Amino acid sequence: MDIQEFIQRLENEFEDLPKGTLKPDTNYRDIPNWSSMHALIIIAFADDQFNVELTASDLRNANTIQDLYDVIKSKMQS
Amino acid sequence: MALIKLQNICINAISAAVPKQTFYTKDYTYISEQERLMFIKNVGIEQRRVAPFHITASDLCYYSALRLLEELNWEKESIDALIFVTQSPDYFIPASSIILQHRLGLSKNTIAFDINLGCSGYVYGLYVLGSLLQSGQIKRGILLAGDKSTISVCLKDKSTYPLFGDAGSATALSYDESASPIYFHLQSDGSGEDAIKIPHGGSRYHIQPDTFDEVEIEPGIIRSKRHLQLLGADIFNFALREVSPNVDKLLAFSGTDKESIDYFVFHQANFFMNESVRKKMKIPAEKVPYSIQKFGNTSSASIPLTIVTNLREQLIFPKKLLLSGFGVGFSWASCVFTTSPSLKISGLIEID
Repeated sequence: MDIQEFIQRLENEFEDLPKGTLKPDTNYRDIPNWSSMHALIIIAFADDQFNVELTASDLRNANTIQDLYDVIKSKMQS
Repeated sequence: MALIKLQNICINAISAAVPKQTFYTKDYTYISEQERLMFIKNVGIEQRRVAPFHITASDLCYYSALRLLEELNWEKESIDALIFVTQSPDYFIPASSIILQHRLGLSKNTIAFDINLGCSGYVYGLYVLGSLLQSGQIKRGILLAGDKSTISVCLKDKSTYPLFGDAGSATALSYDESASPIYFHLQSDGSGEDAIKIPHGGSRYHIQPDTFDEVEIEPGIIRSKRHLQLLGADIFNFALREVSPNVDKLLAFSGTDKESIDYFVFHQANFFMNESVRKKMKIPAEKVPYSIQKFGNTSSASIPLTIVTNLREQLIFPKKLLLSGFGVGFSWASCVFTTSPSLKISGLIEID
């Protein structure tokens, strides 16, 4: 899975988000109307699609979509 | 490993009570309309019941217990044990269960004590009371489970305030050699203590100079150390990690096919969280009832409240139920059993 596929799959999780909104360097907290609920959606996405547990500190340490991709990818390998 | 089979324990009746006063999420103008709509859609809570000053969790449980005794036609003198699962007792001391023994007019021979558990508390309470009765030396017990969680949250904390509702419940158990077994799987992990916590007011940090100072944690989340804190991501990860294996081990231990379960009644934490757990466990939606839309997260009362408000007609005939509570502690527990043909489910009681 490359970053583009990752972005496509992540965008599917957010119903009101127009496709193509997210870029690798987008700060994920800039998703329109960002709230703690979005964090739960991302955690569920990581668990469901990649069987990866994305912790609160993983989320704190990540800023961009690329960061999320990298941490999920590294956890998939470990 | 706390995988346990209890025999000769019958669950005879379940009742639940809520305050009449209703708060609607759409009226929570501390957050934007967009946020309110998103909250209703994802967290699932449209409305919840909020007890006014003069109603406590013990009051809601008191009325639930009265209804139970009336429906079962049980003499008050016949009750041997009264357990109250709560994290919002009437007083620091004495235990509310003891006050309720007297208020309910139960005999002085009653075993009465409180258990300090929340989300997992109903299943833990069934286990503790069932264990007391299992010896057959005492015959009848009442489990009360309920909280007034709305006293602990700050209006200016959007991560907690719109989430909780108040409710109480009562469940009657008896020693009955014809009862089918109840299987339990109970767990705890105190490394999650901070995930759901009221930091001050206990004996570790009693009232400090800064106890009531309201501090902004992040935008929209302002609270003091006497208020409840919720670390959503930690709780969500805990639920995704632990609930499914807990239930799977229980099913294996009890020799139960997942498909043979008629209803899975989960603690009502958060609709999105519960649905994530349900999907992970591959349980069909029609087997998982919810009360969260109308009552919010009602702590240890959530499982009996969901049964009372959703399964009253369905349980006229025996059904296989799996109950699972998970949260504050962390503490989590599940049980599986076939309901008795004589199980009585009362209509919801509303108190004002």
